[in-house]
Amino acid sequence: MKLNGQIFELNKVISLFQFLQENKYDISRIAVQLNGDIVPKATYADIILQAEDSIEVLSFVGGG
Amino acid sequence: MYITVNGKEMETDICSVDELCQHIGKKRDVIIINGYQTSENFKLSENDVISVIAKGVIPEQSELESMMVARHTPQVHSRVKLAKVAIAGLGGLGSNIAIMLARTGVGNLLLVDFDVVEPSNLNRQNYYISHLGLPKAVALQSQIKEINPFITVNIKTVRVEETNVVELFTGYDVICEAFDNPVAKAMLVNTVIERLKEVKIVAASGMAGYTSSNLIKTERKMKNFYICGDLENGAQIGNGLMAPRVQICAGHQANMVLRLLLGIEEV
Repeated sequence: MKLNGQIFELNKVISLFQFLQENKYDISRIAVQLNGDIVPKATYADIILQAEDSIEVLSFVGGG
Repeated sequence: MYITVNGKEMETDICSVDELCQHIGKKRDVIIINGYQTSENFKLSENDVISVIAKGVIPEQSELESMMVARHTPQVHSRVKLAKVAIAGLGGLGSNIAIMLARTGVGNLLLVDFDVVEPSNLNRQNYYISHLGLPKAVALQSQIKEINPFITVNIKTVRVEETNVVELFTGYDVICEAFDNPVAKAMLVNTVIERLKEVKIVAASGMAGYTSSNLIKTERKMKNFYICGDLENGAQIGNGLMAPRVQICAGHQANMVLRLLLGIEEV
């Protein structure tokens, strides 16, 4: 699949939630687009990633 | 032909700026035609909008608003006057965005922040010593009254949370996400995109420090979601927030809001 524009190898069946955790994303600071649409946080655990998926994870940084 | 002079439409056969000034008997320190300030004796055309301003004279209320927007590109003011924009967070981003949108004449602003002004705000936020201890929304509202009294400013001194986002922001054209805290930023963006599908959101991430100005940009992430900043430089121990980059980012957000209000969706 694609992660932030780069090819990323999926070597197991994994949910979006597990994927984000394993890749050290802080769930409270991100917005995730799956194939262009924002994914509601409540559904992260229900989504199983597919080889044809394109994911964009936007991590907010502090300051304002 | 019809022309508009200091906000009032008139029918006239006067054909130049000099003649017009003689006719209305005004000192002509500043002449602005269709958004452009000039000292030349321009020929007048149908539908020209002209401001004739005498320096040091306080104009009548009825003329003031037209003079204040005389340097706007034609048609901009009438369009933004009807718009509704909400600003969530009134720190370095939000206070500066609010002032810019007020100067632009955005007709309805909602200013939301739970906090009061304290000394460490003054290095980048649009407040004065005299505001210390006041709720930010109150301090900002009082400044905007002195900058542009012709717009409506509503304020809410509350913390924006997942549970009140819909209630606070339903009915607005655009929301500016202007929080400091990255968790609050993510919460607002996620909630607005999920639950306020008709509302556009212009968020910000990455404007700390004094690295290059040119890293700060505006991106369109989705149909109704824009983000400004360098997306990387967060506030952290050893990397502070200073006025220049914070205001550059606020300027990106305010200009994207203006573009959206004028019907332009590209960044």
